[in-house]
Amino acid sequence: MPRKTQALAALCAGLMIAATGCGGSGDSGGDDKTITWWHNSNNDPGKGFYEQVAKDFEDANPGVDVKVQAMAHEDMLTKLDAAFQSGDVPDVYMERGGGELADHVEAGLTRDLSEDSKDIIEQIGGSAAGWQVDGKTYALPFSMGVVGFWYNTELFEKAGVTAPPATMADLYAAFDKLDKAGITPVSLGAGDGWPAAHYWYYTALRACSQDVLETAVADLDFSDPCFVEAGETVEEIVAEKPFNKGFLSTPSQTGPTSASGLLATGKVAMELAGHWEPGVMQGITEDKQGLGDKTGWFPFPAVDGGEGDPAAQLGGGDAWAVSEGAPDKAVDLVNHLLSDEVQKGFAENDMGLPTIPAAGSAVKDPALAELLKVRDEAPFVQLYFDTAFGESVGGAMNDEIALQFAGKATPEDVVKATQEAADKEK
Amino acid sequence: MSSEAATGAVASGRPHRHDAWRKWAEIAFFVTPALALMALFVAWPIFTAARFSLYDWNGLGPLDDFIGFANYAEVLADDVFRAAVAHNMIIVVGSIIVQLPLGVAIALLLNRKMAGQGVLRTLIFVPYVLAEVIAGVIWFQLLQPEYGLVDALMNGIGLSPPEEGWLGTPEVALWVVLAVLTWKYLGLAVLLFLAGLQGVSEELYEAAQLDGAGWWQTQWRISIPLLGPTIRTWCFLSMIGSIQCFDMIWVLTGGGPANATTTMATYLIDEGTNRHNYGIAGAASVVLFAIAFVMALVYQLVVLRRDTKEAA
Repeated sequence: MPRKTQALAALCAGLMIAATGCGGSGDSGGDDKTITWWHNSNNDPGKGFYEQVAKDFEDANPGVDVKVQAMAHEDMLTKLDAAFQSGDVPDVYMERGGGELADHVEAGLTRDLSEDSKDIIEQIGGSAAGWQVDGKTYALPFSMGVVGFWYNTELFEKAGVTAPPATMADLYAAFDKLDKAGITPVSLGAGDGWPAAHYWYYTALRACSQDVLETAVADLDFSDPCFVEAGETVEEIVAEKPFNKGFLSTPSQTGPTSASGLLATGKVAMELAGHWEPGVMQGITEDKQGLGDKTGWFPFPAVDGGEGDPAAQLGGGDAWAVSEGAPDKAVDLVNHLLSDEVQKGFAENDMGLPTIPAAGSAVKDPALAELLKVRDEAPFVQLYFDTAFGESVGGAMNDEIALQFAGKATPEDVVKATQEAADKEK
Repeated sequence: MSSEAATGAVASGRPHRHDAWRKWAEIAFFVTPALALMALFVAWPIFTAARFSLYDWNGLGPLDDFIGFANYAEVLADDVFRAAVAHNMIIVVGSIIVQLPLGVAIALLLNRKMAGQGVLRTLIFVPYVLAEVIAGVIWFQLLQPEYGLVDALMNGIGLSPPEEGWLGTPEVALWVVLAVLTWKYLGLAVLLFLAGLQGVSEELYEAAQLDGAGWWQTQWRISIPLLGPTIRTWCFLSMIGSIQCFDMIWVLTGGGPANATTTMATYLIDEGTNRHNYGIAGAASVVLFAIAFVMALVYQLVVLRRDTKEAA
């Protein structure tokens, strides 16, 4: 009997330890020689490339130990969320910029890099705007893309669309031609919200002047009539019915019947998406080629009568940030990550679109090179509105735009819902 | 480890008090682990959610912006949340009125001796054993517009499925979700009812037969009334499951299209995890808790009372 009780006691004690002792992992090891670095390139060649970069940095800085953690993107976001809440943030991590970064800055979690990375910030130029709060730069974008239409050159040819649409009228004409040829013109993953919202972002970018947009981001003020006009253009697009069947519940990137999958498998002619699209399509198709050499890209067309610059682009990217309280060497690491050499290697391995001008020529893919040219020639790149406004306002805005695509909200409703969510932030 | 010390103490000669102490020590010993787990994973999260619900908090920095019940006012006035509650109620009622007659009918059928009984029982029960997420992914693929099996079959026999797909049409999405939930949970109802039928004494059937009752009469007058307690318990389980309904909806529709299939659970994930409005999510979860609690309490008091009384 006593033996049995003892065994049980041991078991219970073990369970309790397992339940309560959440084993603190202590990522932010206090000494100033160890740097923790989280990134999301968890597949080769990116993973191996970053391991080599960390090793080179360690060799150049004797005594410094860089602890690299590569994880899947979604996992990284979840872990980062938890890290921000506990205050135990890795020394070097990824920031998407905008409202999210502003929250981190306000909570004192992110280090100001304006002085320590001055040279690099100058080289990056206007692209750094999304990572600046009150004139200070808190993270260095290492990859930055713009959103545009990815299309299947073969299907365009088959339907007799000879030149990529430059105006909305061209775009609607292309829809008609594709329809007549029995091809679904556009795939849209409205099930995820943001892919639909990107249409609204672009029509707002075409309808509103840069000043109005800057005020909207800074003061969360959407009273300018151009925001309603943006919704009206979206209404026009939806009325054309160019989308795949069931687009309201279509996911954006997972599986062959997602929006990206439909484009990759030749079921639709085009999709509005960011610079990640070729990579996503390659992941979905069996031969890992995506659309291969049938891949084409053109920027969002000009909209008649808008105040916005037709060359302005919508985009976003990822930036390296250093957490408050990280060792100074972490700043050196981030600067090294933005060096010409690392950025070139980054581009050569097709890991993204480099932000340092000297590395631009290393992008070999013709469609991505075209996209890079448009990005660099743009008078300004507007950060995705949901990122710029932060999750709370951005989420409310995306939901209402998705409702508009379902015919359940008017252009005025979208502005109203966004303004209401924004007023709560003030 | 305490038992050896205890045996030593018995010899010291105050057996009564010592026995009582020992009994309590044993109870404490066995109950503590469960209580600790409950406190850590149930009581503490509930308390934390209730605390968050009184603050305006985005998850970062200190919890210092106390706003009283403003989050509750906002949640209760939110059309999306109200629609979510309505969807929950539709699932609660829909599940019961569809699965109850169907479940009882199948259970009565499977209670008869017949060929392939085992196979049929297994077939009905398999969906319930499948993980909800896996079942959801499979149905999601089957219900794909144009390329899914369901659409292909319907087109094949000349019927036209909804233009925007089963899950993409706001007007039908909730009913489709309800149908999938029925497919998933019918097995549990059947299993419970079958178990309930096993408890009906064979003698009653014999007596009925002697009195000249036919098969239908026997079922109607004997099996179903005696199945009452099982049915009432099943309704309770089904109700609680429907109020908390999340996994299947999240996989099939994510609450869309156009918020047509949101439930309270998807609402609070959307507000909390996705938008970082932890105060709003906290308030929504407290409301969800209150609704589930009140429904459970009323059901216990009104419907289950006679069952528990009989047992006592």
